[in-house]
Amino acid sequence: MTAITPDIIAQHGLKPDEYAKVLEILGREPNLTELGIFSVMWSEHCSYKSSKKWLKTLPTKAPWVIRGPGENAGVIDIGDNQAIIFKMESHNHPSFIEPYQGAATGVGGILRDVFTMGARPIANLNALRFGDPAHPKTRHLVAGVVSGIGGYGNCVGVPTVGGEVNFHPSYNGNILVNAMTVGLADKDRIFYSAAAGIGNPVVYVGSKTGRDGIHGATMASAEFDEKSEEKRPTVQVGDPFTEKLLIEACLELMATDAIVAIQDMGAAGLTSSSFEMASKGGLGIEMNLDLVPMREEGMSAYEIMLSESQERMLMVIKPGREDLARAVFEKWELDFAIVGHLTDNGRMVLSRHGEIVADLPIDPLALASPEYDRPWVAPAKRQPVDAREIETVCPVEALKTLLGTPDLASRRWIWEQYDHMVMGDTVQRPGGDAAVVRVHATGKGIAITTDVTPRYVAADPYEGGRQAVAEAYRNLSAVGALPLAVTDNLNFGNPEKPEIMGQIVEAIRGMGQACRELDFPVVSGNVSLYNETQGEAILPTPAIGGVGLLNDVSHSATIDLKGSGNAIVLIGETKGWLGASLYLREICGREEGSPPPVALHRERRAGELVRQLIGDGLVQASHDISDGGLLVAVAEMAMASKDKIGVALDAPTTLPLHAWCFGEDQGRYILEVRDDDLPTVLEEAVEHDTAVRVIGHTGGRVISVGGRAIAVEDLVKVHEGWLPAFMAGTKE
Amino acid sequence: MKAAIIVFPGSNCDRDVAVALEASLGHRPLMVWHRDTDLPDLDLIVVPGGFSYGDYLRCGAMAAHSPVLREVKARAEKGTRVLGICNGFQILTEAGLLPGVLMRNRDLRFICRDVHLRVETDATDFTRQYQAGQVVRFPIAHAEGNFFADAETVKAIEGNGQVAFRYCDADGAVTEATNPNGSLGNIAGIYNPGRTVLGLMPHPERLAEDLLGGSDGKTMFDSLVEALS
Repeated sequence: MTAITPDIIAQHGLKPDEYAKVLEILGREPNLTELGIFSVMWSEHCSYKSSKKWLKTLPTKAPWVIRGPGENAGVIDIGDNQAIIFKMESHNHPSFIEPYQGAATGVGGILRDVFTMGARPIANLNALRFGDPAHPKTRHLVAGVVSGIGGYGNCVGVPTVGGEVNFHPSYNGNILVNAMTVGLADKDRIFYSAAAGIGNPVVYVGSKTGRDGIHGATMASAEFDEKSEEKRPTVQVGDPFTEKLLIEACLELMATDAIVAIQDMGAAGLTSSSFEMASKGGLGIEMNLDLVPMREEGMSAYEIMLSESQERMLMVIKPGREDLARAVFEKWELDFAIVGHLTDNGRMVLSRHGEIVADLPIDPLALASPEYDRPWVAPAKRQPVDAREIETVCPVEALKTLLGTPDLASRRWIWEQYDHMVMGDTVQRPGGDAAVVRVHATGKGIAITTDVTPRYVAADPYEGGRQAVAEAYRNLSAVGALPLAVTDNLNFGNPEKPEIMGQIVEAIRGMGQACRELDFPVVSGNVSLYNETQGEAILPTPAIGGVGLLNDVSHSATIDLKGSGNAIVLIGETKGWLGASLYLREICGREEGSPPPVALHRERRAGELVRQLIGDGLVQASHDISDGGLLVAVAEMAMASKDKIGVALDAPTTLPLHAWCFGEDQGRYILEVRDDDLPTVLEEAVEHDTAVRVIGHTGGRVISVGGRAIAVEDLVKVHEGWLPAFMAGTKE
Repeated sequence: MKAAIIVFPGSNCDRDVAVALEASLGHRPLMVWHRDTDLPDLDLIVVPGGFSYGDYLRCGAMAAHSPVLREVKARAEKGTRVLGICNGFQILTEAGLLPGVLMRNRDLRFICRDVHLRVETDATDFTRQYQAGQVVRFPIAHAEGNFFADAETVKAIEGNGQVAFRYCDADGAVTEATNPNGSLGNIAGIYNPGRTVLGLMPHPERLAEDLLGGSDGKTMFDSLVEALS
């Protein structure tokens, strides 16, 4: 038997005080299998030990929330006995080491989180962050991640309908791959993970267990160094075909009464799934590991318990339903094995080759995982930037440059590699403010978006956290959907550094405030820390996945301009905020200034106004103003129009022109409105106490502002050109 | 019209085509699991898109050797209309019901987008409600749609009027620039010599409803219902 040395303990990522707690819980030394189980259960990835204290402050309740954080995914009510189940999850560390498989298994994992609850997945999204385009690895990582997401999602037949991508040197050594899945279930057929019924069989289904991904959760809880490439064997390999079979088999069995509880095997595999089910049900489990379907011979208990082989589930089924369940999985040609049963002693007892190889108390492991109140310091406040001190560039030239920069260029090259139409319900495809999918066989629609502006969060984590939530709210409102709830994926550096912990604390505080004031609760989420390489942390990136409801999906608004002679209406106040803007960074080469503040009460009123106008059929096209400011938003609407319709803008003289064009003031939308409808729109805006102004008209094929003009076609070339040229290696 | 859709493990457009077919037909078509070889009397068999058996060996190769495909072949020989879409087209070529092969796309990437197609003939049960030369818009979503056949086969396909659709621009011009995947002769779909079997890479079922962005695909299902009812 392997002796437990301080070295072995350190290799398992356990700190000396944590190991002391292990000894206290057990009253003896653990064996290697037990140590491995403690290690993964108490890893940052599984235990949220640094963030728990702060996550608890987020609002999680609303009348339409059926289940908030703590389950595999959040559940919200959309009426008609239907529920939407969704979550976003990171697969950052594996995707950097092995981009195709890392991203693919990220998609597979989040899909399982959703269908394990009884939902058919209906949409996937992803929020991606890559390093500097000039960095030698970036192109390879983009190519691998995109084909991995496509390779998995396309095969399982769930449309990938949206997402976002940023490039920044802070991600050179730690890319972010956050995947989100949205599923649809009957409200009275939702499945949870709490085990119940002493003596009930514990069943393993799906793929066989191999030696892949052992210690993936521990890897995801440490900083990278120059040896990180050696961790490739800890990355799992995905099989989307098996996942597709698993979805169909699980949903087929879920239509019967056989399942008591079900939990997917994600990070930390059989360990976390079995502990979670037992702990939630207040029961124990006895498992014979010899019965686990195995891909390789001679696997030890340690390897079986820590394997992160993909496409596996653990279930508790009703006694007497074993044959029914077995038949379903055999029909889909998947493994099915009764590996144990529930006990009343609150312990996890594992045997292998006739010997007890682990005997652990469940609750102390699952519930008494360490919780830290790590020291933190509030980040220094940055000063606002005075627009009058910022360099002025010809606005249409600046526009042309901006539309071809990595953060604003078209993502078509990416989303054309994703099947975004399979399932036949995609009403708004990628490229708009939010994706819209119809609720199958109904007239309702679900709008979905992912948002965060990392440069704002870096400049001011509190404001940046508020802004991420507000932008998700705005993107959903811009298509006409009522924002219902969010999932969050908090990506940060090493929480043991007080300044990083300060970013986490402040960003969560900002998010929480925005969620409360916008009635937009957090129902699920995931935390990814230690995104650092050789001491360099990523920009703080709390990604928000927002979900909204359209009662009539045929009434969603799109961003493309529809005709000539229509008014271009600006909703919301413009002060010309250039701090932390893309104009400042890309045109002036300055990453500085405080980010635009969000006025949540105004955000809410503007959102209500826009949704009402869309619902009343008064809006021809709608777009929120975000990265790049007003002129970029108008150009995006023109470029999306079928006939490349232009816009003549009438800038006010009260602000410097570049501040009006490129300021990133929050809470704003651009609407295309027919002249006939204009009086009503203006009246409604006043009614909602929201700033409104006609800033131009559609027509022609050019965008003109401040006496300068540029053809929409020329903008399209620049906008569509960058990413394909970059990926072909002809441009950095 | 009595229609059935074959469902393989890994099929993922089976429901989509069922929905589109039902809209034209007025009732749900029969869904046939790949192990069922006892087919009832049928007028139309659809082999849908997806990744049958994971497409691990070569797209469509495993499905082409499944028991149900033997039955589909037997029916096709008796004149039952067969429609293979995307992976279904790959399966029909692998099974020898249609000539040629579908190779990796020219750019080696999966492509999902709308394309324009020129309807080459309206003298079939699949296209009778279109007009020859008409330009329609269907989406494609595939990584292996690059049609290839040897020179003799291509000559025969072209000579017999077996080309069903070609990739073109919005005005119907067939050029290299409108070819998304490198297919020979911009071929997007072909018939067997009797024009009773059609295989095509684009998905008519995905644009069969205006809410989803267009309904050019609906005409194909309407044509089949009209011809076979």
